[in-house]
Amino acid sequence: MIARRGVLLGALALPVIARAQGFAGAYAPAAIAIGEGIWLVPGADEALEPSNGGAIANSVIMASDAGAIVVDSGPSLGFGKALAALAEQLTGKAPARVYITHLHPDHSFGSAAFARAEIHSLPATRTDLERDGAGFSDAMYRLLQGWMAGTELILPQPAAADGVVTFGGRRLRLMALSGHSAGDLAILDEASGTLIAGDLVFHNRAPTTPHADLPAWHAALARLAATPHRQCVPGHGPLDRGSTAIAQTGDWLRWLEDSLREAVGSGLDMAEAANLPIPARFADMAMARYELTRSVSHLYPRFEAELLPRIDG
Amino acid sequence: MIRSLLSLALGASALATPAAALAEPLPADPLGSPMWEYHAGKLFAGAPVVFDPRVMVALPMLTENQHVMPVTVDARALNEVKRIVIFADLNPIPVAVEYTPLAAHAFIATRIKLDQRTPVRAAVLTADGVWHVAGGWVDAAGGGCSAPPVSRVRGDWADHLGELRGAVWQGADAIRVRMSLRHPMDTGLVENIPAYNLEQLTVSDAHGTPLARLVVHGSVSEDPVFTLMLAPAAKGELAVSGRDTGGLEFGGRLLPTSGTRIAAAVAR
Repeated sequence: MIARRGVLLGALALPVIARAQGFAGAYAPAAIAIGEGIWLVPGADEALEPSNGGAIANSVIMASDAGAIVVDSGPSLGFGKALAALAEQLTGKAPARVYITHLHPDHSFGSAAFARAEIHSLPATRTDLERDGAGFSDAMYRLLQGWMAGTELILPQPAAADGVVTFGGRRLRLMALSGHSAGDLAILDEASGTLIAGDLVFHNRAPTTPHADLPAWHAALARLAATPHRQCVPGHGPLDRGSTAIAQTGDWLRWLEDSLREAVGSGLDMAEAANLPIPARFADMAMARYELTRSVSHLYPRFEAELLPRIDG
Repeated sequence: MIRSLLSLALGASALATPAAALAEPLPADPLGSPMWEYHAGKLFAGAPVVFDPRVMVALPMLTENQHVMPVTVDARALNEVKRIVIFADLNPIPVAVEYTPLAAHAFIATRIKLDQRTPVRAAVLTADGVWHVAGGWVDAAGGGCSAPPVSRVRGDWADHLGELRGAVWQGADAIRVRMSLRHPMDTGLVENIPAYNLEQLTVSDAHGTPLARLVVHGSVSEDPVFTLMLAPAAKGELAVSGRDTGGLEFGGRLLPTSGTRIAAAVAR
């Protein structure tokens, strides 16, 4: 009887530990007007989860005479469709141009919903997606299940480059940068003075580092800081009107690198480094512990190889 | 006839009693793993087993990389630890490391591959013959053991094979040793790449007396890294020696001041 109870309890315990299967809901992206003919579609400041359908990155919609301009198509076909409908409703014109700021799938996987638009990215982003797209697709379907239904990666045209583009009367200054990834496109909308920074800039949400090149990232932040703008749309987190987000991103990245190098220097292993105290000035930053844990995975072996001396010589 | 049957029965039960006492029933698995009884039967072979919170298994809040999942086992709250086994129930190569801390604290940190969502556990054998077990479920994308290592894809694994790095940090209660070895740690589960892994690693003192001994399996990550804590008596120079399944031998020397020098180099 006791053994039987054990079996029953074991069976009861299972659904608690197993991930809930869950069904996909419907995306309902909302737009916030942030200037003349420009809207921010904010993502949730969370990890990719079934509860948010992967809608965690910020997108931007702009009006132009030639059709709506969309920056970052989101995580899935379903999200892309909802975003395209929202763009048409706000601007009165269907999307005609999409910019993909960088390779990561929370920004680049909704493009199939924009079949009538030109989809542009930096050449490096196209190359990155040719390499990593299939792996991203596997990971996104595993994490988000039904939310991903019908999603196929559409590779962007590698047509974006440093310089001014005028599209439907709207002047956009494109900046070809790198550091968060091998290709990071930032866009200054001259009419509204809005700097659309992609994932080079995070705001009150911890930066992610899976493809980071830290020196290049700092150089890119310096160029963004030197670009006059009225407001900045970060890749994740709220609109920044006070020019704090660029500095905050740089501050986090410097702290991260210094702390992890010191951790290697004091003999800590990865798990201990992921449990390092996070300074009080980052207390309001969403996902800080989560992203520190991820960054330890991305960066720690690199610092160990650099700092631990050879002992076989 | 009746008497002989009776004695036969008594004899049988007399034989059966000690056997039953030896093979204590396994405690029910708090993780509800489908493989618990199978692995417990092989690893513990009837020895007593308890789930014990004094065995601390630190697992990350998420598995960012299923090829490199850090796991730290701290069983210093137990006395007279003879062996620490790290294993993942649902891995095709379940056991990752068997650690014998001869003159070391019951502490080890390393990184393992995960082939799917699985319980990851430590089983710690104390001198009284009892296994103390703890662990948790870890979610992971597939393929940690069945995708080729990065150095195989890059093609430079042989250029760096056997490069050994490490340092020691002197503490009041323990001497912390960290070692890393460049090795592909092939699982044998990738097409056309046979199993090839580090299989033994020993840390000894200057006189050649072994202080800590590891048996390593193919489910430990590529370019394996180990962190150990030796008893404070091991103050002098240490020797590291290892061998892989190809018979290749690795060796190096750890200088007592090495950790202090790195700490000084990275100090802000």
